[in-house]
Amino acid sequence: MLTCKDVAERVAAYLDRRLSWQEWCAFLLHLAVCVFCRRYVAQMQATRAMLRKLGEIGRGEALDDSLRRALRAWRDERAAG
Amino acid sequence: MPHPGAAPSRAPVGTVRFLAVRPGAPHMRDEEGELVDRLLAGDESAFEQLVGRYQERLRRLARAFVRSDAAADDVVQETWLAVLRGLPRFERRSTLRTWIFHVLANRARTQAVRDAKFVQFPELAAGEAEEPLSPDRDRFDAKGGWREPPRPWRSYDPERLLLDDEIRQALERAVEALPPGQRVVVILRDIEGLTAEEACNILGISETNQRVLLHRGRTRIRRALAPLLDRPERR
Repeated sequence: MLTCKDVAERVAAYLDRRLSWQEWCAFLLHLAVCVFCRRYVAQMQATRAMLRKLGEIGRGEALDDSLRRALRAWRDERAAG
Repeated sequence: MPHPGAAPSRAPVGTVRFLAVRPGAPHMRDEEGELVDRLLAGDESAFEQLVGRYQERLRRLARAFVRSDAAADDVVQETWLAVLRGLPRFERRSTLRTWIFHVLANRARTQAVRDAKFVQFPELAAGEAEEPLSPDRDRFDAKGGWREPPRPWRSYDPERLLLDDEIRQALERAVEALPPGQRVVVILRDIEGLTAEEACNILGISETNQRVLLHRGRTRIRRALAPLLDRPERR
């Protein structure tokens, strides 16, 4: 039987589905009987989901002049070569 | 999805939802292939689109490698130049995004060797080895039970939580406060949603090391958010 500490240390592997079948069963078995670990895993999942959302919120940025010049130089070089 | 008008979730967290953790299919972006084609044909608007899409994300990633915003801007600029130079040889075996991140990490790695502005890569790869496996370790008693169990959060819905500016800012600050290795891995895996394999390739670290860094990073972030998210005790 896994302890709560074991569960906490395996959360990342669990979320990445890197637990073996036996480990996965033991993990879920523990969650079935432990409200604190269910809560902990749910919070780690929510943390991950918030981070993912953070990555989806983004401002677009315009091309600045130095990049535009770099692009044109690159294009001319390619056209010449 | 909770109904928009529903009361904040008070339901106990069930086990069933944990059965739903499944590996996601990698996003194949045909649209990015088309972008590469246009770029190779010299289409300036394709480059504009690409920069618009990635500039901010590259800066966030670069900031984890270097010690100042100005240095991060330099790395991003150099990354774009390297992307243009390398594009004709881009073999499309990885996604464009992964390749661009790879270019950035390589720039940062090369720079780190000769410049103290950069976070040294051995420091990153060692995974801050002096830290115990889990920053939450002190929360367990000798038998491995919770000494200080997590308190329930007021919501587990990421969209609802992020609508609160205070929480969103705390989340961003928590990421910025992570040690470099954890920060880079959290950005690549969680914020950008790359696979473990992609993150390991970009950083040149082992999968185990990657997972340890990710776990520590997420643990610290969860801890930083807890004071804002813990549901007040009902008496």
